[in-house]
Amino acid sequence: METAITAEGLRKRYGDHQALSGIDLSVPAGTILGVLGPNGAGKTTTVRILATLLEPDEGRATVAGYDLAKQPLQVRRNIGLTGQYAAVDERLTGRENIELIGVLLHLGRRAAKARAAELLEQFGLTDAGDRMAKTYSGGMRRRLDLAASLVARPPVLFLDEPTTGLDLTSRLALWGMIREQVDSGTTVLLTTQYLEEADQLADSIVVIDNGRVIADGTPDELKRKVGGERLEVSVADAVDLPAVIRTLAAVSPAVPVVDDETRTVSVPLTGGVATIASAAAGLETLGIEPEDFAVRRSSLDDVFLALTGQTGRAAASDTAGDGKEAGQGPVAAVSNSKQKEKEPA
Amino acid sequence: MTEALSDSFALVGRQMRHIRRMPEQLLGITVMPVAFVIVFGYLFGSAMQVPGQGGYKEYIMAGIFAQVMLANITTTAVGVVNDLNNGLVDRFRALPISRSSVLIGRTVADAVLVTWTCAVMALVGFLIGWRAHNGILQTLAGFGLLLLMGFAMSWLGALIGLTLRNVETVSALSGVIMMPLAFLSNAFVPLDGLPSWLRAIAEWNPVSSVVSASRELFGNEQGATGGAFPAQHPIPTALTVLVVLLLVVVPLAGRAYQKAAAQR
Repeated sequence: METAITAEGLRKRYGDHQALSGIDLSVPAGTILGVLGPNGAGKTTTVRILATLLEPDEGRATVAGYDLAKQPLQVRRNIGLTGQYAAVDERLTGRENIELIGVLLHLGRRAAKARAAELLEQFGLTDAGDRMAKTYSGGMRRRLDLAASLVARPPVLFLDEPTTGLDLTSRLALWGMIREQVDSGTTVLLTTQYLEEADQLADSIVVIDNGRVIADGTPDELKRKVGGERLEVSVADAVDLPAVIRTLAAVSPAVPVVDDETRTVSVPLTGGVATIASAAAGLETLGIEPEDFAVRRSSLDDVFLALTGQTGRAAASDTAGDGKEAGQGPVAAVSNSKQKEKEPA
Repeated sequence: MTEALSDSFALVGRQMRHIRRMPEQLLGITVMPVAFVIVFGYLFGSAMQVPGQGGYKEYIMAGIFAQVMLANITTTAVGVVNDLNNGLVDRFRALPISRSSVLIGRTVADAVLVTWTCAVMALVGFLIGWRAHNGILQTLAGFGLLLLMGFAMSWLGALIGLTLRNVETVSALSGVIMMPLAFLSNAFVPLDGLPSWLRAIAEWNPVSSVVSASRELFGNEQGATGGAFPAQHPIPTALTVLVVLLLVVVPLAGRAYQKAAAQR
């Protein structure tokens, strides 16, 4: 398959802070690469280098077949960039924002107008098109920002935390719009702190921490890598919790993880079906009827926390975003994410 | 080259639209300077004695014009910092457009606005009795020189904005730069009352040269002229200083723009 983005050994240093310590990437054309990592991991620096906004100290990269260092103008002709903060001129209308980009791209005034109308329609902004962008909601700004980065129909799109701070509805809408772009052949590099976002959108994922890639693969591969499955048991009455904890402790070498709020106890599923059977039998002996008895594959939250192993920082950076995915450490993160993916045993 | 021009033009258009959207912004950049003209011309004018027939009203106008031009440092710096911090500079820099066009668009647009301010001030000055005596050409030359100063201050502001990248710091620093430049000059008071060391500083202050040069071109009262070279030859001095300043600041601002990154 053709490769739309390659990077080899990208390094960047700010003063005595090594922002990137050798990043390698390869993104096949027409796919989405999710770049996952906590704040300060080097995600934005990577995007800024690939979008020609920043020169790396070392390393080389090509975007859309053009060498970043030698043909920056060609690269710019082939990319769209949506930064971490919606790059919107608040005092222009949505339409004028897009038209301005069209004019700067030398589409000609008439074509720029037509393209603006088309993009406003595509991003559900036609009604708001003639209002000042200042009056837009966060979700509308992001949509306008994305629309503005698509004026030239770039084959490669960089999205730096495109949904940070958005509510769920806006996030889902934006995901749909990103998928549409990929369906029509665009290659996307997307950075995110949201594991769910990477899981939902990305064909492959790299996890970055402290300026280096610490894992890569498809979402499924990464989940498998962290190991496996957990047995989860929830009960209707908190009175039963101690008994459940004892039962699960007896069938697994690991210490059971308890979430009091959802009255759920979980252990890693080490012994396969035998573990499930003895857990079930143990509960039956005690006469406990679980509300839920399930085997859950690890989510990307687990992958992330296992890989970065820095619960405090991950939790803090998530709260800085909007806290939706924030956990107070591995325990809470695990219990948090269990609603997302559940397979009946 | 033509592309750079048309890009710059589109970006000037962007700022003109801002004004059309928020006319109160125009009010903002007009009211203060006009208030200065009235306050200095009328209120202080009655207390200040300047030799010659025109009196303080004629003396002060070039000074207030120059002060308004100085304020372009802040205007442009704040505009650039805002574009930087809301991501627009990144967006523009990721486009296949001439990288000079963004700063040219910004400084030219700010020059257009300051021209407007200048015109309103001139009108108000005229109403309270300020006159230019050397005919239309020299008068226009006087305004041209002042606007050149405004343009140079814009580029200086762009450089400061791109370097400091923070609105509060920029406002504080440009205040610190502007105060001594404006008040340690002949813009508001004749220099003959100053102690000689302070007077030397004020005479070599480039703002004094621009002010004296435009007074000369307007045919306005000069006050007492000192013996320093800039005081003797204000027009060539002012032109040289402004051109050299532009030659230094424009490439520096361009370089800062290439590396520009928002501070977060």
